[in-house]
Amino acid sequence: MRGQEARDQAERKALMATLAQSSGDDIARLWSEAGLPSEAELLRGPETGLVTVRGRIGGGGAPFNVGEATVTRATVRLPSGQVGHCYTLGRDKRKARLAAIADALWQEPVHREAVETRLVAPLRAALVEARDRRRAETAATKVDFFTMVRGED
Amino acid sequence: MYVAVKGGEAAIHNAHRLLADRRRGDRSVPALRLDQIVEQLALGVDRVMSEGSLYDRELAALAIVQARGDMIEAIFLVRAYRTTLPRFGYTKAIDTGAMLVERRVSATYKDLPGGQLLGPTFDYTHRLLDPELAAGGDIAEPLRRESEAEAMPRVSAILAREGLIEPDGDMPQDHVPGDITREPLEFPMARDIRLQALSRGDEGFLLALGYSTQRGYARNHPFVGEVRIGEVELEIDVPELPFAVPLGSVRVTECQMVNQFKGSAKAPPQFTRGYGLVFGQNERKAMAMALCDRALRASELGEDVVAAAQDEEFVISHSDNVQATGFVEHLKLPHYVDFQAELDLVRRMRAEYEARENPAKVEEKREAAE
Repeated sequence: MRGQEARDQAERKALMATLAQSSGDDIARLWSEAGLPSEAELLRGPETGLVTVRGRIGGGGAPFNVGEATVTRATVRLPSGQVGHCYTLGRDKRKARLAAIADALWQEPVHREAVETRLVAPLRAALVEARDRRRAETAATKVDFFTMVRGED
Repeated sequence: MYVAVKGGEAAIHNAHRLLADRRRGDRSVPALRLDQIVEQLALGVDRVMSEGSLYDRELAALAIVQARGDMIEAIFLVRAYRTTLPRFGYTKAIDTGAMLVERRVSATYKDLPGGQLLGPTFDYTHRLLDPELAAGGDIAEPLRRESEAEAMPRVSAILAREGLIEPDGDMPQDHVPGDITREPLEFPMARDIRLQALSRGDEGFLLALGYSTQRGYARNHPFVGEVRIGEVELEIDVPELPFAVPLGSVRVTECQMVNQFKGSAKAPPQFTRGYGLVFGQNERKAMAMALCDRALRASELGEDVVAAAQDEEFVISHSDNVQATGFVEHLKLPHYVDFQAELDLVRRMRAEYEARENPAKVEEKREAAE
């Protein structure tokens, strides 16, 4: 794979990760604020199904099936013909449709900038903030051991 | 002759209407919303997700309300719902080493990379009922401590450096992970299938079995190498995309149990391991699962199978509370015809018995009747 293609794929995957982690309400709110086009033909879904979550024996050994999770997916085609996909945990069909449109728009050079700056950047900032807050709250419960000096020295 | 009997349609209908009324309870008390259950009864929701074997908080909360708080009924509802959905595939195996950790403790090492993080735990509370909660006062925000994001390798990886602990469980190269939702249980079973069954197994049943191993029925000298709780990211390979698609994160609890092992004909003295991994925050279940996983490896490690917790068929066949409740509770459904047949049989046996034990009395009875 050429360098540019690999970078594009990594960025597209990061876009999908951000959309999957974000709430449908946040995506819809930013969408209307950004005035992104939402016209698209649904090629598949939005439909809800299951994925089987896999873990590894001992944490890093052979894979095993832990249980299922609900996932909603959608595939859309923009009037331009560009196709976009979404898979996301949960049963939010509106979110899956918007995220698939975002994926399609992102692949079009004319829309990528707007999707990145007006939708993905604020979503990502909120996710990073939430993650940092959670990490800091957990860090406050870290045990600091100290040694009791006993007897005479 | 078999005569079919029908009836009860109106009674059933009215019973369900009565159930709906009792479920709602006093109308002057506000109805519960699902988000209240998700937020404030989160560990109950986690248990339903784990044993219902379906990660979806809102559905688990709905099941808890619908079941009036009966957890096994709620788990049953979730299991039934699962069967209505198509399956999109299997995720890539989660990496618990990359978890966004919310709690992580080790009972084997005081100082370890990443440290001991207590998180939101009941441990060290005094278990005194709190009247202030009943009064519904404001709750303070948690404290924060800014710190560098630190890598938190699994404790098993630290022990592995000395070579005194067995590696993470491997399966043969060409082994495809078994799936108990697709194939019926067969014994003996591979460890991966056993773990799937244990992960959705009944918490109380696994807890009791784990406890039995500590009390000497299949003693295996456990230490909690590590318990960690937090969110892990899920990814799935799909044909329409050239990379694994991120799906979002799920919260899981992982337990690495480390067991002293004096060695056998099959394995040298070392630390062996039991593994627990469950949906949501539930370290009791993850620990019990790890104890059972280790006990069930008896044959693999050349130990004598002497206790219930080591008996794979016994443990796995009875660990599923939906199956268990189905079979136990079906006893209350009408068995009128079965019971009539049994009644006839017992009457006949009793008559034969009495004729044999006390022929004179039977003769007397017969004469009196005549």
